Amino acid sequence: MRNPTTVERTSEREIVVTRTFNGPAHVVFEAWSRPEYIKRWWVPSSFGMTFVSCEADVRTGGTYRFVFSHPAAEQPMAFFGRYIDVTPPSRIVWTNEEGADGPISTVTFEEKDGQTLLVLRELYPSKQALDDAIASGSTGTSGASEQFELLDELLVSLASP
Amino acid sequence: MVQLRHAPLDVSFAALSDPTRRGILERLGQADASITDLAETFQMTLTGMKKHVGVLEQAGLVTTAKVGRVRTCRLGLRRLEEEAAWIERYRQLWDARFDVLDEIVAELNRGDKSKDRKERPTP
Repeated sequence: MRNPTTVERTSEREIVVTRTFNGPAHVVFEAWSRPEYIKRWWVPSSFGMTFVSCEADVRTGGTYRFVFSHPAAEQPMAFFGRYIDVTPPSRIVWTNEEGADGPISTVTFEEKDGQTLLVLRELYPSKQALDDAIASGSTGTSGASEQFELLDELLVSLASP
Repeated sequence: MVQLRHAPLDVSFAALSDPTRRGILERLGQADASITDLAETFQMTLTGMKKHVGVLEQAGLVTTAKVGRVRTCRLGLRRLEEEAAWIERYRQLWDARFDVLDEIVAELNRGDKSKDRKERPTP
């Protein structure tokens, strides 16, 4: 059975992602945190990116470094940070340090009746930081073409009597 | 388009009634630009350019984002629509990730159960 994924902006500074998994918390924790599994799930094949390297020392005080390549990017992209708090099998907190004003991410695994509710909270340092993340995330090609369509339509409606 | 139905058209018309603002849109159609770039291109003060960009932003024709110390302007959807679109794309990313995580959890679960069976044979 495939469970739904929800994403919500719960405050000016926070995005929350949820999903329920059909398995106990210790299993979801293991799947989430071991590098050989991270390599499989962090970069979905449909996004066209591939892992160049994946290092993750999922312990309090440990660090991670994910490096990806994409056919459209000349240089590989690196994402890195530190694990601030790791409490198996219920909680992992880490920083995102590849850019200024990155969020603090907290994932929790809550087991109930053999299923696990995963809640990922990404808390940005300010409203502006989250707004800017959203704005820069929509400069991709699909976003830009929507914007041009919108503008086209406006200009056509202006030109008509 | 769906977005247009919700856009306040009179605000958009007012924004487009000015030749400088139409010029700004044409310019941003070629590439994103900072307020300073735009002020230079249109030989205008920063304050004057900020006002024009503000009107275009209000109309949902332009969005601005601060990158470092520079505020960059680009053709854009209205903020709420843009945010909804971003959230949906973000949801699709996590949904795809979680589908793979589902498979891994199922594999690990099977491993757990086969271990259980070894310890406690099923009748």
